[in-house]
Amino acid sequence: MVVQAAVRDPRELAVRAALDEIPDPEIPAISVVELGVIGEVAFEPRREGGERLSVELLPTFVGCPAIDVMRQQIGERLTALNVADEVEVRLTFAPPWTSDRISPEGREKLRGSGFAPPLRIGPSFDGQELQMYLAQATCPYCGSQNTTLDNPFGPTLCRAIYHCDNCRQPFEQFKSV
Amino acid sequence: MSDWDLDAAQRDALAALLLTLADDEFVLGFWDSEWTGIAPMLEEDVATSSISQDEIGHARAWYELLASLTDDNADRLAFGRAPEEYRHAALLNHARTDWAFTVARRFLYEQADATRLEALSRSSQAPVAELAAKMRREETYHLMHFEVWLRRMAEAGGEARRRLAEALQRLWPEAQAVLAPLFGEEALLAAGILPEPMESLRARWVERIQATLAANGLPQLPAVEPDPQGRTHRTDDFAWLHGQFTMVARSDEAATW
Repeated sequence: MVVQAAVRDPRELAVRAALDEIPDPEIPAISVVELGVIGEVAFEPRREGGERLSVELLPTFVGCPAIDVMRQQIGERLTALNVADEVEVRLTFAPPWTSDRISPEGREKLRGSGFAPPLRIGPSFDGQELQMYLAQATCPYCGSQNTTLDNPFGPTLCRAIYHCDNCRQPFEQFKSV
Repeated sequence: MSDWDLDAAQRDALAALLLTLADDEFVLGFWDSEWTGIAPMLEEDVATSSISQDEIGHARAWYELLASLTDDNADRLAFGRAPEEYRHAALLNHARTDWAFTVARRFLYEQADATRLEALSRSSQAPVAELAAKMRREETYHLMHFEVWLRRMAEAGGEARRRLAEALQRLWPEAQAVLAPLFGEEALLAAGILPEPMESLRARWVERIQATLAANGLPQLPAVEPDPQGRTHRTDDFAWLHGQFTMVARSDEAATW
């Protein structure tokens, strides 16, 4: 984690709290904050006077079709907060979003709604490591690790499909990526 | 999206490179989206569709980056050009054909793309390096998926193995185009935009392909040089696909999305 500066704009807390109420469009059980797609939040002076609230949005997948919806919802929610003259939601790949960014609360909520959370995979991985990660998923219903991968490609770009050989439930995993 | 600090030669060369990246992903994404509904089995139907969606997303990101560099528009770049203006590699000129052909094409392409993205993630131009690094994580899934298919069909023997080996032989010369020398490559190398010559990337790719083929008991492929027309020669197959993917955009050219 980045070491935070001693003095922080108190409005940032309000902004992050508001963002924490916006659900992920594809998995509404978790918020965009818990998903880890929110980067820096900054208040910047504008050339024409006043202030701009600038929020970084880190796409989960480059081709995520939900990104425009997220961007719009974030823009509308923050504009309604009325803490700056303008709101800018900026897409960035620096740093890249990875599934390691999903918060502990987010992981719990994923489990609660029938998704195995992703494994922690670190800054990079190759094909062999990926096969190893894919082979391990814990059933979100019964906690068994006796599970089988059905398909690394699920109903959305970020989901893989498994089957629990213990409780016989099919389930999805939020992809480790 | 980005402020670029490049001279004219660097900008033109980078624009040409970005167009090849975007067109490769775009055309391949469209070809393989044709398997939706008719892949060999239901799980594969979902997988190929998901992978194709990824590729179209990658194409969009490269087109947007290119548009920010040349003050253009990503939709125009994707849908507003004549067939002969596309710069995808020659192995992407063909219709999807059979499943063995698709697996062979994917395997050759995904290995080349992985080699290329690995280099570009070290580019001196931050927007290029960031996008390449992000895509690598997703492309690892694609490569793994088609290597699993390659192994499966090689181990199956019989008709599956024969068709796969034939498709690899047929596509191999045209696959060289993915990593052929680039327009303005010297300018790209001098500025560190491309951190390594394409010739050395191609050599690494050939090694990886041959090693995987050997590990699966498939015949080695002969040494072959890229055709200089490998990104400009277009086919009737591609003209047909172009007609398909531009159909909606052409139906109302003034529409906004």
